[in-house]
Amino acid sequence: MWLIDSSIGRKLIMSISGVFLVLFLLFHSLMNIVVIISPVGYNKICEFLGANWYAVVGSGVLAAGFVIHILYALYLSFLNLKARGNKSYAIKNNQKSVEWASQNMLVLGAIVIGFLILHLFNFWYKMQYAELTGAADSTTAANGVYWVSKLFSNPVYSIIYLVWLSALWFHLTHGVWSALQTLGINNKTWLPRVKLISNIISTLVILMFMSIPIYFILGFQPQV
Amino acid sequence: MEKNINVTLKIWRQSGPKAKGKFETYKLDQVSTDSSFLEMLDVLNEKLINEHKEPIAFDHDCREGICGMCSLFINGHPHGLDPGTTTCQLHMRRFNNGATITIEPWRSAAFPVIKDLMVDRSAFDKIIQAGGFVSVNTGGVPDGNALPISKVDSDEAMDAASCIGCGACVATCKNSSAMLFVAAKVSQLALLPQGKVEAAHRAKAMVAKMDELGFGNCTNTGACEAECPKNVSISHIARLNREFLNAKFKD
Repeated sequence: MWLIDSSIGRKLIMSISGVFLVLFLLFHSLMNIVVIISPVGYNKICEFLGANWYAVVGSGVLAAGFVIHILYALYLSFLNLKARGNKSYAIKNNQKSVEWASQNMLVLGAIVIGFLILHLFNFWYKMQYAELTGAADSTTAANGVYWVSKLFSNPVYSIIYLVWLSALWFHLTHGVWSALQTLGINNKTWLPRVKLISNIISTLVILMFMSIPIYFILGFQPQV
Repeated sequence: MEKNINVTLKIWRQSGPKAKGKFETYKLDQVSTDSSFLEMLDVLNEKLINEHKEPIAFDHDCREGICGMCSLFINGHPHGLDPGTTTCQLHMRRFNNGATITIEPWRSAAFPVIKDLMVDRSAFDKIIQAGGFVSVNTGGVPDGNALPISKVDSDEAMDAASCIGCGACVATCKNSSAMLFVAAKVSQLALLPQGKVEAAHRAKAMVAKMDELGFGNCTNTGACEAECPKNVSISHIARLNREFLNAKFKD
């Protein structure tokens, strides 16, 4: 199977799953800023994406996307470590044009996953999961504004989320253009453009996400 | 302006492929700043031979930056700090008096050390043998004007063809990936009408050989392009990806 045996095949899976996750992040962040614009509308979205069959199927596909991206990342990193050989350089410097993020994608990814687990516990466990299992408190399960306000009224959580999002920003700035390069959608003229597009997309997504904890830090509260 | 400098050299010594190597420190005084880096090593070897010691083995050939034989990882950079040059084009005027210079061989699982600073780069030859050629009976020379090639394509093919196969891309890549080399060798032919015919087979065969020989997976860090003595662009890697994926989807 060339998607596992060949290097470009493995990278194809990595880039496609990555692009899928970036599209999800774009979708997720667009919905998030609704909590600032219209808290009532935000709760409607939470209800819509509760325990309905389409939301559950969507969550399953999304989880699969994450699992594939992570498994391939681990496999590729293992192969790359093996290819490097068992002796490392005494002195190794990089030229300035080599982005820091590009050399640390696995570490950045691990940070993102660590916080992701916390994030799932903060929201998904209390919302979709509570609704699916019919656990106590399921009446408030779709009350997104309540859960968001509860978490971010604690400034420590706001700061934790901002740190998490910064790591994700670094991961995305390299990830987006790298995915396009791997898919072959690049050439000499487009290389700087593709990098710029990648920076714009990642910054836009992260700013939308960050606006919510910042909104709370500044002392605002969404009113239903 | 010519002057003489004193340098301390930390050089990797390894008596054979299986031997355990280690760094040896050598002091070299009165090195002319007009001499090239390899001439400095020649002077050191001359000195070692006179002292009845084993000279340092290192690869070199044309000494004018076109053969791709010289290597050396100097102070953390393949071919030294200067971009767009090979080790043989590096001169001692780039170093300060009293400098310590660390010299290591290329390090990669696919490039085993033969001796000291010399590594076995025949993996690159095997990749070329897998498909880096055009199989035609040339016969008589056809009229050049019968095959119009755009200036853009011919320039791009020529840029790719400037790869000298030295292996600096593999040496500097954190994944030890040979993608820049393979991409250059695929691009120089895929862009031209003579090479297009076998482009799909070539991309598949060369990538398969590259993977088989234990080179890593490219993660687009761009370190290869930054260190390449011939400034081969990573946009060729995008072309290789395109060629390979198209070929696979057609199957």
